[in-house]
Amino acid sequence: MSVNMRFGPYGGRYVPETVIGALDELTDAYERYRDDPDFRSELGVLLGHYVGRPTPLYRARRLEEAWGLEDGLWFKREDLCHTGAHKINNALGQVLLARRMGKQRIIAETGAGQHGVATATPSALVGLGCRAYMGRTDMQRLRLNVIRMRMLGAEVTPVDSGSGTLKDATSEAIRDWVTNVDTTHYIIGSAVGPAPYPEIVAEFQSVIGIEARAQMLEETGGLPGTVVACVGGGSNAIGTFRGFIDDAGVALVGVEAGGEGPAGRHGASLALGRPGVLHGSYSYLLQDDDGQVAEAHSVSAGLDYPGVGPEHSYLRDIGRVRYVDATDEAALSAFLECSRREGLIPALETSHALAYVRDRAAELRGGGPVLVCLSGRGDKDVDQAGAALGIDASA
Amino acid sequence: MPDTGAARLERAFREAGRPLFVPYVMGGYPDLEASRRHVQLLARHADIIELGIPFSDPLADGPTIQAAGQAALDAGIRPSDVLAIADDLRGGPPVVVMTYFNTVIAHGAAEFMAEAASHGVAGLIIPDLPVDEAADVRAAARAAGVALIALAAPTTDDARMQQIGAEAEGFVYLVAVTGVTGGEMSMDDRLRALAERARRHIPVPVVVGFGVRTPEQAAQIGQIADGVVIASEIIRRIGDAPDAGAADAAVDAFGAGIAEALAR
Repeated sequence: MSVNMRFGPYGGRYVPETVIGALDELTDAYERYRDDPDFRSELGVLLGHYVGRPTPLYRARRLEEAWGLEDGLWFKREDLCHTGAHKINNALGQVLLARRMGKQRIIAETGAGQHGVATATPSALVGLGCRAYMGRTDMQRLRLNVIRMRMLGAEVTPVDSGSGTLKDATSEAIRDWVTNVDTTHYIIGSAVGPAPYPEIVAEFQSVIGIEARAQMLEETGGLPGTVVACVGGGSNAIGTFRGFIDDAGVALVGVEAGGEGPAGRHGASLALGRPGVLHGSYSYLLQDDDGQVAEAHSVSAGLDYPGVGPEHSYLRDIGRVRYVDATDEAALSAFLECSRREGLIPALETSHALAYVRDRAAELRGGGPVLVCLSGRGDKDVDQAGAALGIDASA
Repeated sequence: MPDTGAARLERAFREAGRPLFVPYVMGGYPDLEASRRHVQLLARHADIIELGIPFSDPLADGPTIQAAGQAALDAGIRPSDVLAIADDLRGGPPVVVMTYFNTVIAHGAAEFMAEAASHGVAGLIIPDLPVDEAADVRAAARAAGVALIALAAPTTDDARMQQIGAEAEGFVYLVAVTGVTGGEMSMDDRLRALAERARRHIPVPVVVGFGVRTPEQAAQIGQIADGVVIASEIIRRIGDAPDAGAADAAVDAFGAGIAEALAR
C-alpha cells in the first residue's frame, strides 16, 4: 500500500528540490519497513519496555464530579510515556527508521522541548548524533527541557529569527536538512511538513487511539461519546482520532490555542486561518493578505504555531472533526484544577483540551463518556505556569 | 501580441554572446528606492535581473537573504511594490521574480501571474515548488505569458532532470550546492559533472547559482553553464556599505567586475 501524500486537497511536498530525493527515500523506506516484522517487533518491544506502553486509561472521577460529567471522564495517559509526552511514539519510530536508512545524524525542531527530548532520547539509545533547533523565546520559557536535551547528549541550537518560536525552529531545521540531506534524517515532531511526514507521524501516533478504543470497550463496554485532544500541529490529536475516525457515533473535537482571546493573538489556524503553504504542506494557516505567515501566540509553546497538519484541514472541511479553541487563561485555570483535583499536573498544551471539556461540560453532559488525550505532563511548565498563577518556591 | 516571457528569456541567451550574468536584488532592501536604483545600476551589466519578493519564511535562503527580506517586510514592503520595480526595466534586461509559493497563491496563482505580466515580468522562480507540484501554476503562468523557471539540485537524479527538462521554459536554475543560499560554492569535478548532467537532460539554457561570490567563480561557472546567478554577495556588499552612495557604487562596481569576468 502506498503512503498518503494528500488528504483531500491538503498536504503535498512544497519544499526545495534539494530534499525531494530524501523525501522519496523516506517514502520508500517507510513503505518497506512499515509492515516489516523485524521493524515492528523492534519498535513493539521498545514501546513496551522503554516507553511504557500501553499507557493506562484512567477515570478522572473528581473532575467528573466537579464538572458534572456523569457519563464518565476518561484520560488516555500519554503523560506516563517515557520523557513525559506522546512525542516519543513518533520519535522512536523515526529513529529506528533512520538507522535502517543508514543515516548518521538526527535533527529535530522543538517548541515546548518535548519533541526535542523525545528525539534526543532514542538517539542516545541507538547512538546517533542529535541536534535540536529551538526558538530563543521557547528556550527561555522551557529551560528545563533544554537542560534535559543537553544531558542526553543532544546539541540545542537557539533560533533567533522571527518570533523565536516553533515556526522559526522548524524553518531552521529544514535549512539544516537541505544542507546535510545525505547524512541526516529530519524527525519532524508533529503531523505537519511535506509528505510523507504527516502520514508517518500520524501512523506512529495512531497507537494512542487504537489502544484507547480497545481500553474504552474493555472498561466501559462501549465507545466514548466524545473524544477531545489539543491541536498545535496536531500529532496527539490525529493519533487519538485515528482510533475512532470510522466510528460515526463518536464526536471528535480538536482544541486549538485561543491565546489572548478573539481580539488578541492566538494559534487557532483551523478556526481563523485560511489555506496556504508553510513548511512544505498545504493546510490551514494564519497569514496576512499577501500570504506572509503570521506569528502565532499561545501560553503553551507546543501550540504556538501558525500552521496545522494537513489531515486536520481535511477533517475540518468534511466536518468529521469539530475544531474549537481555549484561551491561555482558560488553559491555565484548567491546568491548576486538574493538578488540585486529580493530582495530575498536565502539560499546558493538554490543559487546553481540559479547559474545553470544563467550559463546555453542559453540552457534553448526557452525550456518553468523554475521553481526553492527556498528551503530556506539566513538569516542563512549572516555571512558566507558576509565574502566571503566582505560585513559587519562596519561603 | 507581445513576446512571451519565455521568448524574451531565450532571446537574452541567444544575443548575449557570453555566459549570462543574472544578479539578484531583494525588492525593498535596504529600502524601496535603493532597490530600484540597484536594479538600474545592475541592468547596465546584467543580462537578466532576478528580483526577490520578501517572504516571512524563506526555507531555501541562508541568513543574508533572510535578514534582507525581514528588513523589507519590517518596512512594510508588499509584493505589489516589488512587482512595480519591474516597470523601470521595460526595454532593458528581462526580469524574473523569485518568491515563495504562498505569496503566489495568496490571491490565486492566475491573479498573481496576471499582475506580474502587467509589470512586464518575464519569468518566475518559486524555490518551494518542485516540478511535480507545479502543473496548475505552470498552466496559470503560461496563460499569462510568464515562464515558470524550474530549479534542479545536486540531489536531482537523471529521471527528474528529464522531467524538469521536459517542462522547462526560459532557463533552468541549477543549484550549485546542497544547501541554502549564501554559502560558498567551489568549482570541482562534482560541480562540473552536475552541470554536464543537467545540460544533457535539459534542452533550455542552464544557469548556476547559490554560493557564487567572486568574478573568478563567475568565470569558472561560465565555462560549464549558460549563466550565473549572484545574490547573497550583492546583498552583503550593500549591507556593508557605510551609506547609500557607497552601496550604489559597490553594486555598480561589483556588477561591472562580474560582467567583465564573464566576457573574457
